[in-house]
Amino acid sequence: MAATTRTVTDLTSTTKDGVGASPRRPDGTLKVTGEFAYSSDMWMEDMLWGATLRSPHPHAEILGIDITEALKVPGVHAVLTHEDVPGAKRYGLEHQDQPVLAIDKVRYKGEAVAVVAADHPETARRAMERIRVDYRVLEPVSDSRRAALDPDCPLVHEPGVLEEHPEYNQRGNRLRYQPVRTGAFSGVAGSAEREREVLERLRAEADVVVASEYEVGMQDQAFLGPESGMAVPAGDGGVDLYVATQWLHVDQRQIAPALGLPQEKVRLTLAGVGGAFGAREDLSMQIHACLLALRTGKPVKFVYNREESFYGHVHRHPAKMRYEHGARSDGTLLYATAEIIVDGGAYASATPAVVGVASSLGIGPYEVPNVLVDAYGVYTNNPPCGAMRGFGAVQACFAYESQMDRLAEELGMHPVDLRIRNAMSQGSRIITGQEIDMPLPMAEMLRRCRDLPMPPAREELADPADPRTLPGGVAGTTHGEGVVRGVGYGLGLKNLCFSEGFDDYSTARVRLEVVGGEPVVLVHTAAAEVGQGLVTVKGQIARTELGVEKVVIAPSDTQVGSAGSSSASRQSYMTGGAVRTACASVRAEVFALARERGVVPEGLDDTDLSLVGGKLVSATAGALVSLADLLGDSARGGTVVEHTREYHHRPTEMLDPKLGQGSSHTQFGMCVHRAVVDVDVELGLVKVVALDAVQDVGKVMHPQQLEGQIQGGSTQGLGLALMEEVQVRDGEIRNPSFTDYLIPTILDTPPMRIEVLEHPDPHSPYGLRGAGEPPTLSSTPAIVAAVRAATGRPLTHAPVRPEDIVGIEL
Amino acid sequence: MEFLSPSTLEEALEAKSAQPDAVPIMGGTDVMVELNFDKRRPPALIDLTRIPELAEFGPEDGHTRLGAGVSYTTVIQHLSGAAPALARASRSVASPQIRNRGTVGGNLGGASPAGESHPPLLATDAVVELASVRGRRRVPAREFYLSLRTTARREDELITAVLLPEPAGPQQFAKIGTRNAMVIAVTSFALALDAERRAVGTGIGSAGPTPLRAEAAEEFLAGEFDWENATPPSEAVVRRFGELVAAAARPIDDQRGSAEYRRHALAVMARRALSWSVTDYRKGVTRCA
Repeated sequence: MAATTRTVTDLTSTTKDGVGASPRRPDGTLKVTGEFAYSSDMWMEDMLWGATLRSPHPHAEILGIDITEALKVPGVHAVLTHEDVPGAKRYGLEHQDQPVLAIDKVRYKGEAVAVVAADHPETARRAMERIRVDYRVLEPVSDSRRAALDPDCPLVHEPGVLEEHPEYNQRGNRLRYQPVRTGAFSGVAGSAEREREVLERLRAEADVVVASEYEVGMQDQAFLGPESGMAVPAGDGGVDLYVATQWLHVDQRQIAPALGLPQEKVRLTLAGVGGAFGAREDLSMQIHACLLALRTGKPVKFVYNREESFYGHVHRHPAKMRYEHGARSDGTLLYATAEIIVDGGAYASATPAVVGVASSLGIGPYEVPNVLVDAYGVYTNNPPCGAMRGFGAVQACFAYESQMDRLAEELGMHPVDLRIRNAMSQGSRIITGQEIDMPLPMAEMLRRCRDLPMPPAREELADPADPRTLPGGVAGTTHGEGVVRGVGYGLGLKNLCFSEGFDDYSTARVRLEVVGGEPVVLVHTAAAEVGQGLVTVKGQIARTELGVEKVVIAPSDTQVGSAGSSSASRQSYMTGGAVRTACASVRAEVFALARERGVVPEGLDDTDLSLVGGKLVSATAGALVSLADLLGDSARGGTVVEHTREYHHRPTEMLDPKLGQGSSHTQFGMCVHRAVVDVDVELGLVKVVALDAVQDVGKVMHPQQLEGQIQGGSTQGLGLALMEEVQVRDGEIRNPSFTDYLIPTILDTPPMRIEVLEHPDPHSPYGLRGAGEPPTLSSTPAIVAAVRAATGRPLTHAPVRPEDIVGIEL
Repeated sequence: MEFLSPSTLEEALEAKSAQPDAVPIMGGTDVMVELNFDKRRPPALIDLTRIPELAEFGPEDGHTRLGAGVSYTTVIQHLSGAAPALARASRSVASPQIRNRGTVGGNLGGASPAGESHPPLLATDAVVELASVRGRRRVPAREFYLSLRTTARREDELITAVLLPEPAGPQQFAKIGTRNAMVIAVTSFALALDAERRAVGTGIGSAGPTPLRAEAAEEFLAGEFDWENATPPSEAVVRRFGELVAAAARPIDDQRGSAEYRRHALAVMARRALSWSVTDYRKGVTRCA
């Protein structure tokens, strides 16, 4: 073995681009230059194009489907209906209630009825037009409140609709009802009359009571890359699916039964994902493409267009909410009640879990001794709703933050002071009784946010009449007339990682070897890179843990164990944790190997050792050996060290069905926002001038990407505050396009001052907290509060519409 | 679908005459969307991008001749003096990419009531030039829009140019959108004062089946306005002008906004446009004095 030179630099060297640095994304340049291959760019010479025939009705019985004429179209290779689904006819994330292809009924407009494969997309469309479906149109169930509370409301799913589960759906249209009762309400739970008595008593005791109804509209994730993928039939009778998704293994778990294949014959590889935000957690074209590929023996590609995409994925649940808060004259909260109804649409998707979040976080991070929450998730004939960034917490946050502002106004308090008065902190218990056993510096965050410098006043701008700085923008609706400035605050508490007993573990395979005289680490997981930057973070962790600069990230596929979903702000925590754990195993083996080979002096235990700069280093004895020398080149029989490890977060509990108690969440995250807006109060148009944030992330893994997450989350919340709503009337989407579903442009997006705090969570890898979701909660109420401050209007609907600001009833 | 690519106007007109169902395409910002979404499958497209004449613009007999194929970007860069309201409207069109491709001619061809060009063309009394193998003719914008997406253009005609009168007073354009850029009009309004003829022109977008004029408002203001000194009109006159503009609209409730809001917004925009015009007019008066 070659002698190692030990120098001072060896001892102090750290590995470049490790945890805490901001290395460049491997896919960044390609994406910016337009060269990145997204899932919709895939191509095979002999591939066919898939197309989906969708229901034109929100609710109808299917009396018959005739595909004869469609099959006659030259170039058509297959037309499939539910009869052609060889295995399980239904699938779903939590309840298997959604037909792969509609069977005897359609329950939402846009539901898939038949699929076609043809040699050209145009041919597939022409064939689709020739499929005859006889419908008997039914009245759609479109009012979520009625679905939740009216026992005479028609059912969207008849009991026993799942043959294999005749007991299915005995709860009418209620997918989940979750009450939470604390304090004086817990003793009288279940008796509406006694609950009312308690409420009356508390009302009498309170110095101030504020009550209001709130609505949050249906938000679209609005990812830029619509649903797409390609299924390739394999020689073994199985299928290889290349798809843009958020969770390969949960797709696999749902696809294989429908195809009647064992899991291992359905292999998935992640294709280039153009954004997700929850919308790719449910299946879209996956089973359809595999069915057609297996039927035709050819690769089949699907690409939805934008309009189809609006029907092809779940949206954020619209919510109807009724809140009441009572407080003492000093601002101390005495009680809070909330009724939260989220519209799950036609199929369950993630609705039960969304109700679990909305109920448990329904009152927010405030100390309230007496709480009554009733949260419902219901079936309707509206488009299905499921996961979207914020996941049930967003809707409740808009309501409880609006309530806090109303209360502050009634009490004549500053909204920040009222929030500080009732702020939770480490050791507090949320309304489910769960202790927040990690730092929660809420009061400090509020103070910091209030103290952030204000943006310049209009008259301080270089050109106060520059239309780009005014509400209405370049369309030139004001030169300053009617423009009033407002300031508002908002904060939100978000659970991070999956909740309620779900073991959403992640798996990582890490291999260390020497290639061409240089140590190289391979990191292989099934985690979906959806734009969030996990691909960078995985490499950083490997560099920090193994002291090796060169890290190769293997494509994500199902050849390695599940990584769980790229959602719930969980991948840095969970897959980050898995990579770190696998690295620790690799490192331990390297240490053992070094001892075996006599490189480690007697008396030094493993805590003295580390891998830094491609070397094994002792804190006391200095650099001991280079990895290149220790392992030897793998091509010439050197040692390859490889470990696959699973990482599990601590277990969580289901909420009990009566009082809603239980430690259901893994981790909590918080962001505090201050919004400054200029409102044209005569035209109802808004320009957000500043949207500043304070967020505690426990540990900054990648400063630049973190900033991107906070900016992006804040902007998605801005969209919900001011413009983003899928408008549904009687089950029909009125604006299924980016012409009429508006998302913020750069001109709508203000400069953001972001302060990041790092109070480590003792339970998580590196002390980190998921960072992607919290800003999406808090920016919406902060902006709406600022618009209220400018206009004096109650503004109980998000998004705020121009009509709401100028006082026209809709 | 046939793709015809004539290199002269004559060839294009012959093609259009032979196949009146053929759809002309210039920037493609409307036509391509319709094709991609399978909303339309014309038998042929006539690509007009190779015809030099259509891309030209310049002064001609006391007005500006704007070739039908001139992009919004060019209008913004070169015609802010010759056609201020149209240039402002162009600036509010979609994104830079779309403004680089989209044309006033295309806007007239599609004749969407939401098209940004229409209100300025109405307010300034612009003239549309149409051509066919039978010859050329001119139709005032005020007579061009007949009913929803239907215009005075005959099926064998192509739109070749728009004739923009020399501004003889202030021109304004404002458009409501629920975001601050890249948005289709919820409603829009254009105003032009003509000091020489002592006439007022208006144009309303996205508040009826066609672009509209508020003729009663025009007459009212022409009578009330102090054409000599531009004394600011009374609050009552301003308010009445706004009301008359709003009353001329025939809006509906749709996914972009309610009819009531559109009327309200038109009244506000009309009042503001009038006040900006008074300021501009006074500047003009001061300069002349």
